[in-house]
Amino acid sequence: MALSGACRDLTILSVTEAGPEGGAHGCYYIELANPGLGSAVAGQFVMVRPACFGQDPVWPRPFSICRLTPEALTLFVQACGRGTDALCRLRPGDTATVWGPLGQGFSLEPDTPTLMLAGGVGLAPFVEYAATHPVPANLALVFGHRQPLSCYPFAEMAAVVGRAEAFQENTPEDLPRFIALLETKVAEYAGGLILACGPRPFLMTVARLARRFGARAQVSLENRMACGVGGCLGCVEKNALGQYVQTCTQGPVFWVEELQLSEEA
Amino acid sequence: MSVDTSVRLPGMPVKNPVMTASGTFGYGLEFSPYGDLRALGGIVVKGLSLAPRQGNPMPRIAETPCGMLNAIGLQNCGVEKFLRDKLPRLPWRDTPIIANLYACDADEFAELAGVLSAEEGVAALEVNISCPNVKAGGIAFGQDPCMAGKLAEAVKKRAGDKPVWVKLSPNVTDIVSIARAAVLGGADALTCINTLTGMSVDIRSRKPRLANVIGGLSGPAIKPVALRAVWQVCQAVSAPVIGVGGISSAEDVLEFILVGAHAVQIGTANFMRPDMAFRIAQRLPELMAELGIEDLASYRGSLRVG
Repeated sequence: MALSGACRDLTILSVTEAGPEGGAHGCYYIELANPGLGSAVAGQFVMVRPACFGQDPVWPRPFSICRLTPEALTLFVQACGRGTDALCRLRPGDTATVWGPLGQGFSLEPDTPTLMLAGGVGLAPFVEYAATHPVPANLALVFGHRQPLSCYPFAEMAAVVGRAEAFQENTPEDLPRFIALLETKVAEYAGGLILACGPRPFLMTVARLARRFGARAQVSLENRMACGVGGCLGCVEKNALGQYVQTCTQGPVFWVEELQLSEEA
Repeated sequence: MSVDTSVRLPGMPVKNPVMTASGTFGYGLEFSPYGDLRALGGIVVKGLSLAPRQGNPMPRIAETPCGMLNAIGLQNCGVEKFLRDKLPRLPWRDTPIIANLYACDADEFAELAGVLSAEEGVAALEVNISCPNVKAGGIAFGQDPCMAGKLAEAVKKRAGDKPVWVKLSPNVTDIVSIARAAVLGGADALTCINTLTGMSVDIRSRKPRLANVIGGLSGPAIKPVALRAVWQVCQAVSAPVIGVGGISSAEDVLEFILVGAHAVQIGTANFMRPDMAFRIAQRLPELMAELGIEDLASYRGSLRVG
């Protein structure tokens, strides 16, 4: 029987701390060799299951493609649970099974002023987006983060895109200021294209602002996922009609008007 | 050494015993990029109801040690859409497609069986009397021998020449009594087991990890429970048993056949990697050759006890 080869066992090239303080804050780049995944649209994701998972944890983990070249697939990972902890402890030469690219990526409109709104590890897909955009001067980035800025691939993006600004959230008082910043930016880009990736409350704020200003906006959801290929129906989200759609196959990127985006999906 | 992986199930010869479990393999089509569906012994599709079902609120899944909990709530597109849009695209001439049925009462089960029995592309009907995640029917049917027998009978009457499998719940005091009742009611085969009811909570948010609070536990964690149930049921009834619960390797497949199963279903392991069932089907004949097992019939139930 011929297997299609859609699941590939890849070798870890490197696991690198993101910046000088990356290790202390659990932020890492994981590079996998010769991914053979073909081409991807920024915003698509891969499922990753390192050999060390064995039978526990059972699920693979979904990651946005941070960078994909014929030579390497790069993931930006924040260690925040037993799956990501194990991934960040991998060594060069270890193997992981990878399948993808999966799902629907971000809309690409080269000549439209495009605002990328990222929160924390939600910056990952925008690295690929900026690197593959034909006119990066048309891109602007607003990045909200909690860990030191050097823990994220921000500087390399700032060097590529037209405008980039970062906002660090240190205290509870920072949150309304960040939301005010988002409001200004969404209003400014109401006639352009807005793309967002980050924690759910962040995406809900973006969706609310986009509706208020009549902006065209897409959000990338990070719903809990078992298989990533449409088999388990665990990652569903309610669409505007109140029906469940699958984040893995019909998302993870959705236009905001397609979704209800309630607090608990 | 050439080995024979074929198995005879009622009304349905199959090329190998490796099937996929309902609810873990979509409608089959989702997994076709990861292997040749025709290489599987059978595909049991996501539980079907007469009308489409929305399923339960989110979150619906949670990871547990060596396993997972789910409370999907039988979200499905309904039997009509399945027959129109999904079944024609499945390789039903080359590999048996088994429809898994869910309904709220015996009449509805019978009606659903009637619709599905008319379909050439459906090889068998698997009756779900054991779903822990729905309020009406589901597990309540599977905990009462009398009800299990009645449902098996109701479905069998409308199933025409289609074999009827009854999928049993482990959430019972005595699975053998349910198994006997289902066979007496007319079940041609038994699928053992559905998920175990379980729960997971978050001590910080003080919330359950599933919106439904309780869900079904599956994955490698439940394999010993499934193996025990299959062993007990195989001792008690002569109808073929299809083993399911925590199988994630060809070795696991042989364990279930050793205790008496005719075939097996791969469930949660399909989530570990989408080519899992294909890999197990490919690996099984190699493993049989390594162990000197020429055919499965001679190995089946050959457990040496005492």
